[in-house]
Amino acid sequence: MAASLRICRICVVAAAALSQAGCGEGAWNNPYAGDADGDILYSAFAERPKHFDPARSYSSNEYAVLGQVVEPVLHYHYLKRPYQLEPLTAAVMPRVTHYDAGGRVTRDTGAVATTAYDIEIRPGIRYQPHPAFARFAGGNYRYRPVAPAQLDGVYELADFAGTGSRELRAADYAYQIKRLADPAVHSPIAGILERHLVGFADLRARLAAAREALAPGEWLDLRAFDMEGVTVVGPHRYRITVRAGYPQFIYWLAMPFFAPMPWEADAFHSQPGFKERNLTLDWYPVGTGAYMLTENNPNLRMVLERNPNFRADYYPLEGEDGDAARGLLQDAGARLPFIDKVIYSLEKENIPYWNKFLQGYYDRAGISSDSFDQAVQLGQGGEFELTGAMRERGISLSVTYSTSVFYTGFNMLDPVVGAAGGERARKLRLALSIAMDTGEFISIFQNGRGIPAQGPLPPGIFGHRDGEAGVNPYVYDWRGGRAVRKPLDEARRLLAEAGYRGGIDRETGKPLVLYYDSASAGPDAKSWLNWVRKQFAKLDIQLVMRSTDWNRFQDKIRKGNAQIFRLGWNADYPDPENFFFLLYGPNSKVAHQGENAANYRNPRFDELFEEMRSLPNTPRRTELIDEMTEVLRRDAPWIWGFHPKSFVLHHGWLANAKPNLMSHNGLKYLKLDTARRAGLRDEWNRPRTGPVAVLAGALALFLMPAVVIYRRRRRETAL
Amino acid sequence: MIAYIVRRALYALPILVGVNVLTFSLFFIVNSPDDIARMQLGDRHITQQQVDAWKRERGYDRPLFYNAAAAGAARLSDTIFFDESLRLFVFEFGRSDSGRDIGHDIRQRMWPSLAIAVPTLLIGILVNITFALIMVFFRATYVDFWSVMLCIVLMSVSGLFYIIGGQYAVGKLLKLVPISGYYGGWSAFRFVLLPVVIGVVSGIGAGSRWYRTIFLEEAGKDYVRTARARGVGEFTVLFRHILPNALIPILTGVVVILPLLFMGSLIIESFFGIPGLGSYTIDAIARQDFSIVRSMVFLGSVLYIAGLLLTDISYTFVDPRVRLG
Repeated sequence: MAASLRICRICVVAAAALSQAGCGEGAWNNPYAGDADGDILYSAFAERPKHFDPARSYSSNEYAVLGQVVEPVLHYHYLKRPYQLEPLTAAVMPRVTHYDAGGRVTRDTGAVATTAYDIEIRPGIRYQPHPAFARFAGGNYRYRPVAPAQLDGVYELADFAGTGSRELRAADYAYQIKRLADPAVHSPIAGILERHLVGFADLRARLAAAREALAPGEWLDLRAFDMEGVTVVGPHRYRITVRAGYPQFIYWLAMPFFAPMPWEADAFHSQPGFKERNLTLDWYPVGTGAYMLTENNPNLRMVLERNPNFRADYYPLEGEDGDAARGLLQDAGARLPFIDKVIYSLEKENIPYWNKFLQGYYDRAGISSDSFDQAVQLGQGGEFELTGAMRERGISLSVTYSTSVFYTGFNMLDPVVGAAGGERARKLRLALSIAMDTGEFISIFQNGRGIPAQGPLPPGIFGHRDGEAGVNPYVYDWRGGRAVRKPLDEARRLLAEAGYRGGIDRETGKPLVLYYDSASAGPDAKSWLNWVRKQFAKLDIQLVMRSTDWNRFQDKIRKGNAQIFRLGWNADYPDPENFFFLLYGPNSKVAHQGENAANYRNPRFDELFEEMRSLPNTPRRTELIDEMTEVLRRDAPWIWGFHPKSFVLHHGWLANAKPNLMSHNGLKYLKLDTARRAGLRDEWNRPRTGPVAVLAGALALFLMPAVVIYRRRRRETAL
Repeated sequence: MIAYIVRRALYALPILVGVNVLTFSLFFIVNSPDDIARMQLGDRHITQQQVDAWKRERGYDRPLFYNAAAAGAARLSDTIFFDESLRLFVFEFGRSDSGRDIGHDIRQRMWPSLAIAVPTLLIGILVNITFALIMVFFRATYVDFWSVMLCIVLMSVSGLFYIIGGQYAVGKLLKLVPISGYYGGWSAFRFVLLPVVIGVVSGIGAGSRWYRTIFLEEAGKDYVRTARARGVGEFTVLFRHILPNALIPILTGVVVILPLLFMGSLIIESFFGIPGLGSYTIDAIARQDFSIVRSMVFLGSVLYIAGLLLTDISYTFVDPRVRLG
């Protein structure tokens, strides 16, 4: 019995010690080492970015980091909406001059043969400290050439002790454009630029030939190659020439593809042994931006640190209506950036990510379906608002429309639903458009985060119409101040007119069977595929699901073997051309390897598109867009799906947070109240040790009789 | 013993070749070189010419197994299979399709995996054996009954529940350790504590019951009865007689997995944000990076074979009757 009492006593003392420790200062669950409360923004990423080479990078998760490091000549205004381009490293907006076939300046849009963009960059902009620029006192580059022995133990850029910098020059932009043409770089937009940029295809061919003649691993100095469409006019001035009128080219100038690349960095990273050590431009971007990537371990974390050479850049003085009231102009005119460091941690699972956000260890977060109800509720007016628990923590919600569209496409090459089916197929497509209740889909599968699409253009894009004027009259009626889906009887009427009354083909007498191709699998996909099947069943149409993997699905789309499929598009730039081109005939997937996955072709639409794409945002352009939208709605090559809404939460200590889905360099505008964050983190994360002590006590109680049994056995005699 | 080891190593060669052929065939049945290229290059605006150029650059434009256009031995050697597989036998993993040095990645990622796997295994064995011995010691009492019940309950709970429940209870409610994350060096202790505890607790049910069965079987043998008849204390019986004699089945289960420890645990690493090898292969499959997949499968095969060999060798240490020849 004495031993049991001893155990009890030990448990009580341990519990007391733990409880005491729990009252101490500092959080035990802090997931960061070092100065976690410094001027550091904490964010997360779920998937390893594939590319940081600005010539190759082409996805939003890569741009979230890359956009802070490299700077194209233009960017989108941080606050103004609709999205508005403005100079970034450029001194002024590019001067655009149109030339006719004779090389004379012209204002006649129909006569334009080439268009020149004259760009002047600001002098005095300097690159981040980088070993590629490091030189000895004599002027020679310190790390070029690097002997193999010097690379022993070198696996990160930080392992090179010396760094240097130099001024940004116009030639760096020209060098990057040549890299886009280099077949060895594999830029995803090389095909597009080949069509638009003068001399691009020719340079590409010459570079391919030059690479053939090159010894393995040898660096190809692109400065030695001229390109007709890119001319460096001076240290801070260059000219790009594109074929015909291509006004959308200006948007490309705001993308990382057109960020500068110093030849020194290309030469540095092309040295023997560098690739084997992952010391590539694809891993360590170099730029003039507000931040530089100092740690890139995408299995764990990526770290951006303030670029000490960043130029004098200031917070915008004006924004859109309401920005001042929302406190977004409090720092107007202040020097950027505000934050010293940004740490992106790998967080593959939603649950720990969400919980760490609630503990204050992430400064902002998206909302997954799992945590949606915890974060957001529907207000009395039907609008989304934060739950009480979120408001108590001082969390704010930002909602914005994504410049995206998700749709169900019909393969117009298909004999049943496609163009060959003529009016019959058109009515079938319209009937299915009515039957597919997109509003219900958004409610069930998107937690209400989206609006049903009335055409290809999402809100915020020039040409999009709200309200009654924007309603698709083939699918919706305008009743009581809102769009109401037409009744199913209307769909059944259309189906009967198409010759499929009651889902039976009047020509063959057999049930109509359609095929839906999907790249989704798993329980989540199964539920929405079932939902899709039910939508078709409303019209007594049998739907066969052909689920496959992404590769096979893409292959079917490329070869035109799919009948009905679901796809989405996220805009490259905020221009209607970037949505309508998804249905432009010469852009069809099967015939031209373009992005028109429906292989839709309508001569009238194509004609309107060709005129619309070369126009600025004028009333004439609006007219054309209205007519194009009408053609599309009538033909219904897509079941117009939805435009998603993006929900972002951020803690009260994070200031100046305004979602900007086009801008890639938004970090420099964010500001932290680190004292408030540290205080709240401590308050929210005080360790609770009491339950552990209770658990230990319970275990001791459970074991106490066992100790008694043990002692009794030891005292027992054999006889 | 050396002859035995050499013979086993030679037996391993055809197994490894077979594993390679199987991995290669399965991978390329699902993913064509075109798919791999498109995965690396992206979906948007990519033309077939760009795909072809990417394949040519990485040698994916050649036939898979047999090059009819080549002459002599090149018919077999100038193929994707030969080029991708032969270097593995000298542990030269090469570069991933996205350009990363696979060997470096493995060396970097194995340590966090080991930081979780080794303590989980060692503490787990210790806890399981102790718990099993307690059950055997208190056999036919309420302790034994409720302990077995507890084991069954623990076995019935999904592994995912332990992780999510552990993170919720220990990380979120009690706030005793970080919910997820990882830092190297001594800081790693805070981050591996919860995964290790969860790993140990989730293994107690199955492990303890298994060991209990082994120990009970030994406890019923004549030599144990003889020891008790001679008045040997219960502790001595358990630790000096039963435990050493029960080691063979324990070693069979434990030693074989020792080399595989550094391959990591997919789910634990994923939920705790541990940058280990557990998710390396899965991520590579998702990204269709065959270079990583074949390297990791090959490495797994080598380690499994090494584990089996180690198991055989370990028998000679615990049972003097076993001789390897």
